[in-house]
Amino acid sequence: MVNLIWVGLTIIGLIFAGINGKMDEVNEAIFKSAGEAVTICIGLVSVLVFWLGLMKIAEEAGLLRQLARLFKPFAKRLFPDVPSEHPAMGYILSNMTANLFGLGNAATPLGIKAMEELKRLNGGKTEVSRSMITFLAINTSSITLIPTTVLAIRFSYHSASPAEIVAPTILATACSAMAAIAIDRFFYLRRKRNGGK
Amino acid sequence: MEWLSLMSTWLIPVMVAFILLYGTFKKVPTYESFVEGGKEGIHIAVSIIPYLIGMMVAIGIFRASGALDSLVEWVRPVLLWVGLPPEVFPLALIRPISGNASLGMVSDLIAVHGPDSYIGRLASVMQGSTDTTFYVLTVYFGAVGIKKMGDALKVGLWADVAGFIAALAIVSWIY
Repeated sequence: MVNLIWVGLTIIGLIFAGINGKMDEVNEAIFKSAGEAVTICIGLVSVLVFWLGLMKIAEEAGLLRQLARLFKPFAKRLFPDVPSEHPAMGYILSNMTANLFGLGNAATPLGIKAMEELKRLNGGKTEVSRSMITFLAINTSSITLIPTTVLAIRFSYHSASPAEIVAPTILATACSAMAAIAIDRFFYLRRKRNGGK
Repeated sequence: MEWLSLMSTWLIPVMVAFILLYGTFKKVPTYESFVEGGKEGIHIAVSIIPYLIGMMVAIGIFRASGALDSLVEWVRPVLLWVGLPPEVFPLALIRPISGNASLGMVSDLIAVHGPDSYIGRLASVMQGSTDTTFYVLTVYFGAVGIKKMGDALKVGLWADVAGFIAALAIVSWIY
């Protein structure tokens, strides 16, 4: 999918440039864009190092586990099919907390563990279960407190206030998470009405 | 909107103070842990360089050739009708497919329009408030061997649409 879009963008661009006689601009754009991409990544280093360093402290102090405990009653309602003492619930909760702090890399292995346990709960079938869809929906709506990379980019382009988008992002992500849960429920009820599960 | 910008300004410093104090209280070797975790940040930043170069060059060509302008011109009436600045439209298309690619687009939008422009803010919030549905789906389901995905993709994509609408509504409401 990405491959198609990537090649498509480039080739369509080149054909357009040929027709419109804009090859000079295109040549310039190729090297300018590549240089800009490197500049961004260098800019990202500062914020990423600082934030992941802090998160390491939070992790070792047991903050993530504390938070997971806090969210437990809420998660029980979201995943009625998962027994609350089952390891799946633990992984789901730690994955959600890691995401909350923008720790994508820490969240992914936890999410995979959660999926494994959910599969076990589902009798090891290769078919998706209700809880898996809910888990995916919550993950894709990406509840986050600090959008680290976006902050870093705004910072490297000399925003007057790089952090001003933090609160709007939290609001938007809360809305999208609620919408995701509602959409998930809607599809679940539709499946049930059609005789599925 | 006073409290929102106040919260944006205070959230990060408060979290920093809280984590450092909590870590000290729990006898975590704070500085050593910080350094250890920070090393991972360097790795991440370096590893996304190829993604960003690939996507930003493709977008650069697409824009410099005038193709982007034509596309945007073509769908403009619809976009204006829903209140989405046409420039942000390609971002909405690529966000669910590739996180790094959309990061490249956000950088591009911010570079061209400025981080404090309406478009720059909207792109920032959109990027921060949604995730890469296809990536999550591929990685999670692929890792444990789920073959029948059922409604999962539909639910994920509709959730992305909801996220974009929420971002658009909130940003246009605030700024």
